[in-house]
Amino acid sequence: MKSTEQLEQQLKRHSKAAKLEVWGKVVSFSALLLIVAVVVAIIGFVASKGLATFFSNHVSLWDFLSGKSWNPGITDAHGKPEVGALPMIVGSFLITILSALVATPFAIGTAVFMNEISPNKGAKILQPVTELLVGIPSVVYGFIGLSVIVPVTRTLFGGSGFGILSGTCVLFVMILPTVTSMSVDALRAVPRYYREASLALGATQWQTIYKVVLRAATPGMMTAVVFGMARAFGEALAVQMVIGNAALMPGSLVDPASTLTSVLTTGIGNTVMGSLQNNALWSLALVLLLMSLIFNLIIRLIGRKGRLQ
Amino acid sequence: MSKKRWWQGLGLLLVVGLGLFAYQTREVSHAGESITAVGSTALQPLVEAAGEQYTGEHLGTFVNVQGGGTGTGLSQIQEGAVQIGNSDLFAGEQKGIRSQELVDHRVAVVGITPIVNKKAGVDHLTTAQLIQVFTGKVTNWREVGGKNLPIVLVNRAQGSGTRATFEQFGLAGHQSKTAQEQDSSGMVRQIVATTPGAISYVAFSYADKTVQAITLNGVAPTEANVITNHWKIWSYEHLYTKGQPTGLTKNFIRYIQSPAVQKTLVRQLGYLSPDQMRVNRDVHGQITKLEGAE
Repeated sequence: MKSTEQLEQQLKRHSKAAKLEVWGKVVSFSALLLIVAVVVAIIGFVASKGLATFFSNHVSLWDFLSGKSWNPGITDAHGKPEVGALPMIVGSFLITILSALVATPFAIGTAVFMNEISPNKGAKILQPVTELLVGIPSVVYGFIGLSVIVPVTRTLFGGSGFGILSGTCVLFVMILPTVTSMSVDALRAVPRYYREASLALGATQWQTIYKVVLRAATPGMMTAVVFGMARAFGEALAVQMVIGNAALMPGSLVDPASTLTSVLTTGIGNTVMGSLQNNALWSLALVLLLMSLIFNLIIRLIGRKGRLQ
Repeated sequence: MSKKRWWQGLGLLLVVGLGLFAYQTREVSHAGESITAVGSTALQPLVEAAGEQYTGEHLGTFVNVQGGGTGTGLSQIQEGAVQIGNSDLFAGEQKGIRSQELVDHRVAVVGITPIVNKKAGVDHLTTAQLIQVFTGKVTNWREVGGKNLPIVLVNRAQGSGTRATFEQFGLAGHQSKTAQEQDSSGMVRQIVATTPGAISYVAFSYADKTVQAITLNGVAPTEANVITNHWKIWSYEHLYTKGQPTGLTKNFIRYIQSPAVQKTLVRQLGYLSPDQMRVNRDVHGQITKLEGAE
């Protein structure tokens, strides 16, 4: 009689494994909760500060997005503060798109070599090299840009050497490894029988790569490029060191220009919390945040489309 | 199992150790023997050096000095987050600061000089020419007596104390044209030194042989000329406190203002001492002559 009671108790009691299961769930769920809370808090904070420019300082959103003169400390002839962010927005997009345009062919070429043409050498040499490039801190890239690329641009094109061209050169090297390694993943995801079928039909290796593998990997490649663009858009330090930080509409690629991030990093220490100058910088940060959100959405959209195919 | 125990024991030890360490450091930093000064990067070297000397002489005290910029210094002191706010400007000149709550302690004077790249072939200008250069009315050095070389403006960041002082006293209140901006004096000097036709402005201590300092209206940028206000582009360096300082803050500010520090450290680091000045300048830029100055 007693033994059945004991058995019942034993069976009804949570086993050690069950307890561990609950514990595991609690830990992972609280980790998730913490991350979500941090993200929400950051978005909330940036939004509350960034929107203050429009609500408490009564700057019109249109003036902010289309104005060409950035001088938050000064009011213009109509008594409105000069917070036109267009030069920075244009600068950021220009430098992002240009660096992606330059980096993409190189990245795809490297990826094709690593995955299709010479997988052995690719795995032994190129893989570690690209991984190394990812690990170099951005300040090092900026420093190299400042001491090598800026003087070269200066001697070739005149002016001060600071500008979108120098920024593009630095960002090209910075996003190349990201785009390359993601392109490699995209190529790897192409099933082997695609290649085999193509080769069996008598296609050459180049025909297979060009007409089959690259076509099949296009969504993945696009994701890689957008990822690279997101990184370029958000890069602050290296760009700030070589772009010259002039809040002017970029007239040419070798004139000093500025990006959202470069204005933020140079300006934030010289403003007082709660003042218009400070709020205007937060508005720039809000634009940055929204843009990275949009980049993420694009990546998801591409991913979904790729799966449907 | 025993291995797991071992790891758990190690983890516990680590946590306890860290806790003890945190407790220990908490004791030190909250006992009223530690102060924090935040702000101007132009003033930072002086406060840091003075802080090191002071804590060396007064064991158990700790002076923590951080940069961040004049705006940061003033907003942090206004919020009471730190004990001292370092500033290149009068608090009344910075927008968003309620200067009546803050107490000004002047600890140094900094002269600022325009610097140009040596290839420009210019070593003297008038104020009118300087304004023309910085507002973009003149774009080639040839027009102000130099070589045929386009002018490249390099500014400090908006809101920088050096820039505010330069625009107020060097450009007679004119705003510089929007041009490239750098956020430190060292960077500015390097760019001016290497870019043909570049012009900018830095504190005297940064103007070395790699760049050409400008004689303005026939007055050379020297300390002797700053003392008499013949060279007009200079500013006080301020330590701001919220209300009258007490305790270590008060002692430390007195220490920096003491003749011993003013005559040694301040001058060694390339600043001038406010005691040397034969004139006084108030927040509105009004100059009064001082009697009996050194």
